[in-house]
Amino acid sequence: MLANAPILNRLPVRETIVAGIVVVAIIGVIMAQGMTFGVRMMVEATCYAILALGFTIQWGYAGQLNAGVLGFLALGGYAAMAFSVPMNAAFWNTDLPQQLGWAIVRAVFYILIIIGVSQIHRLGVPKKVRTWATIIVAFILYMMMKSHFVPIASAIEREAQFIGGLGMHPLVGWLVGGLLAGVAGYFIGRICLGLRSDYLVIATLGIAEIIKAVMVNEEWLTRGTLTVSPIPWPVPGPGDIGFLAARSLYLTLTALVVLAIFLLLQRAYKAPWGRMIRSIRDNEISAAAMGKDINKRRLEIFVFGCILMGIGGAALTNFTSIFNAQGYLPLNHTFLILVMAILGGPGNNLGTILGAFLVYVIWVMSEPVALYVMQVVIYLGDMWFAWEPPGNIASRALQSRVFIIGLLITLILRFAPQGLMPEKVKHDT
Amino acid sequence: MPLLEATDVHGGYGGMNILNGVNISIEKDEIGVIIGPNGAGKSTMLKAIFGMLNVTQGDIVLRGQSIKNTLPSKLVQQGMGFVPQEKNIFPSLTVQENLEMGAYIHPARVPAMLEQVYEFFPPLKEKRRQQAGELSGGQRQMVAMGRALMVEPSLLLLDEPTAGLSPLYMNEIFNRVKEINKAGVGVLMVEQNAKQALAIADKGFVLAAGQNRYTDTGEALLNDPEVAKSFLGG
Amino acid sequence: MNEFIFFINNVVISGAVAGSIYALGAIGITLIFSIMRFAHFAHADMMTFGAFMVFIFTAMFPGSGAALGIPTPILMLPIAMAITAVLAIGLDNAFYKPLRDKGVKPIVLVIASLGVTLMLQGIIRMFAGTSSRSLYIGERKEIYRLEVPMEGITRPIVITDPQIWLIIFAIVAVVALHFFLTRSRLGKAMRAMSDNPDLAEVSGINTRAVVMVTWVIAGALAAVAGTMLAMDVALQPQLSFFILLPIFAATIVGGVGQPYGAIAGGYLVGFVETLSVFNWSILLRPLQPMLPEALEVPRNLALVGTEYKIVVPFFILVVVLIWRPTGIFKGKVI
Repeated sequence: MLANAPILNRLPVRETIVAGIVVVAIIGVIMAQGMTFGVRMMVEATCYAILALGFTIQWGYAGQLNAGVLGFLALGGYAAMAFSVPMNAAFWNTDLPQQLGWAIVRAVFYILIIIGVSQIHRLGVPKKVRTWATIIVAFILYMMMKSHFVPIASAIEREAQFIGGLGMHPLVGWLVGGLLAGVAGYFIGRICLGLRSDYLVIATLGIAEIIKAVMVNEEWLTRGTLTVSPIPWPVPGPGDIGFLAARSLYLTLTALVVLAIFLLLQRAYKAPWGRMIRSIRDNEISAAAMGKDINKRRLEIFVFGCILMGIGGAALTNFTSIFNAQGYLPLNHTFLILVMAILGGPGNNLGTILGAFLVYVIWVMSEPVALYVMQVVIYLGDMWFAWEPPGNIASRALQSRVFIIGLLITLILRFAPQGLMPEKVKHDT
Repeated sequence: MPLLEATDVHGGYGGMNILNGVNISIEKDEIGVIIGPNGAGKSTMLKAIFGMLNVTQGDIVLRGQSIKNTLPSKLVQQGMGFVPQEKNIFPSLTVQENLEMGAYIHPARVPAMLEQVYEFFPPLKEKRRQQAGELSGGQRQMVAMGRALMVEPSLLLLDEPTAGLSPLYMNEIFNRVKEINKAGVGVLMVEQNAKQALAIADKGFVLAAGQNRYTDTGEALLNDPEVAKSFLGG
Repeated sequence: MNEFIFFINNVVISGAVAGSIYALGAIGITLIFSIMRFAHFAHADMMTFGAFMVFIFTAMFPGSGAALGIPTPILMLPIAMAITAVLAIGLDNAFYKPLRDKGVKPIVLVIASLGVTLMLQGIIRMFAGTSSRSLYIGERKEIYRLEVPMEGITRPIVITDPQIWLIIFAIVAVVALHFFLTRSRLGKAMRAMSDNPDLAEVSGINTRAVVMVTWVIAGALAAVAGTMLAMDVALQPQLSFFILLPIFAATIVGGVGQPYGAIAGGYLVGFVETLSVFNWSILLRPLQPMLPEALEVPRNLALVGTEYKIVVPFFILVVVLIWRPTGIFKGKVI
């Protein structure tokens, strides 16, 4: 028995079955809804695969639960928009850029003052005095900073709607998006990673809401609820070469990104870095005793995961070609990704990618299915009880998906905690 | 019929066996003391008796009834009290509340038992409204023992009751144990302070590597030169 | 002096209202944490669920509170509390207990509670839609204007009916909780289990009963908080996402596992929130004549705009996590 186990392990039976199911599901959707729709779905699925890989690194490799994927994703989406949308002449032709520039210089200056005041205890000032001085100075300077920015922001909104983009290649935006998300992740990680894992959940949930609030409300930066579109694609768009060809090109690009990330992760997993990460996860105490700086490693993983979420968010937003801050929803952009990762097998990269595809196909198809079921219910209800259905039945049918996703999460945890493709943990016996 | 009889007990955590055939037997009015070097399985044996780890072989009998692998909460109902070595009080509860929790299963008996426990440990009566976590080490140990006594146990298990205490408190605790025993409670305790413990013991069990090395009366063990040399520090 | 009345209306009363809601929610979270050792993220949705139950019963028997002279939602509240308490026990048995029995890490329970969050939201949205509704059906929300008999004050102190009820409920709940925890056998057992679960087990404490009581209290208080929030503002399924952060901030500020800390934390977060969105120039403007010409009081001196209210609890949370992760009343877990 035992002698056979390694050979069985090497045959990717499970992987093949799961991949087969995914392929069949995709072919089914293409046959039902047409090729253009199918390719669109696959592009989105690859974007979700990037996001899910980011999630699985944090959760599967290091046990960090990120409940604010939405926030990092939105940062990526913002960067994709801000770098690729053409320059806004109505903004650049006024003196507003100069004013804004000066306001930023002032802000930096104020921050330096605050940092300076927070260090005066080195000059022999008692620590209590320093703390209060820092708080008061920070408070005053914050209010001054605000009074500089508010008029400029409203002037921009009045005269130019928003500052517009930088007109660069969209891929620059993807990279900067990853960077932005990584920086946000760094600060959250610095605060929370030394503490109980629950705190990270709360903090990420909070930062996601805040990022969204900023994007909805700072109209001068994001055009807020008015949305920005179209965002140019990194590949020739549908206007130039037709829907199917353009989407296929986009798919090639995102698939290459997924492949690159996957290969990078597989390499890192086998490299000393990956071994260290696994040893930290599997046995924190002994890893600490071996002198590895656990918190630093954990921060690396968290930031890396956030970077991937930023890139995935950029790719996803870029594809939809519209930046709508209000369109980032916890259900679609946090919990769906959580389901993908835990269903695919936390810490298993291939499983996560397949999980992303499988869940996304189900998600896309659940919309017409839910509507159909609802219609059947209404029809039967009408026939049997002369039941008068409430008005907005379609939107309610879609809400049932919220319930289904929630149920799916609890069921996976209870009955398949390792997911479809468990990460193979090598046990020393 | 002995109060407690454990014969050839094997057991441990996970796959690892720590106990490799331990025998313990004490009568109704006796004090039994388990001593031995670190890692000999002393505390593990106490936990095995109190149903806190899986006993794979052998039997444990309380007043003629097998209690092998019985849940601790059931054992409390059958008249057994257990005082763990660490974390043996509820620090944010008052002293009196700690004691009340001991008799959780018999709320009607609380007032009478409180009186009795306060008689054993007069300092606790004075401090009954204080948070147990604020007390000194010796007084906490009294709270822990008092809590276990609240169910009127016929057998009291103590895991190193004098660990970390000053000599003054150590003697105090040993005296209390003797008094509790005189009131009709059988006592089985694990101790590092082997000499003092054996001095009040009716029976002594010297464990090494999960097995009985010596089993005799306390006095006999104290006077045995070999035991003295290897286990009592000369 | 009207400015002062403005301050009372916008800070003192609003802060007390928000603080009461947060405190009632935070008590539940902190109790669940101290007994079962996980952060219960579905708590805000238990609040919405409770409010939703009140809505259903009020819609079924509109105006029935008039006979007793109280708003109908208040009359229906005890029923909603009972239903939410039963729901809480049901959720535990169906989703949390099986995982606990398997001995999973607390973070897995957190994910499960996120799943439960979605399920509750889905149910509420399926039945009630996503629009916002008023709990006052065919009734009027009483608004009391208390004239202040002082010279120079022309504006009244304004307080609404649900706000008064909320403050009364919060006080009653806190007092009742205090007596339950310090006087009753089960309440003491609850504190004991939160202190030292292993010792509670070997003392023969019925830990299952303690777990059940914890859910009953948490569920009932969540129903009260959710109903009051819905009466004060409106009933909206997505309300829960916004309330989650303040109540967790309140729990952590107060020290996780400390019921009294949760109360203090709730009011702290509530008042800091209202103080932050309050426009301070209203209080400073009367002082303008005393100030030198060059120094003009700006028109808007609010710390953050109301659209960024959510930043305040987050900021408090971050400050606490950096400087004192155990909270003001030393919490049990970091």
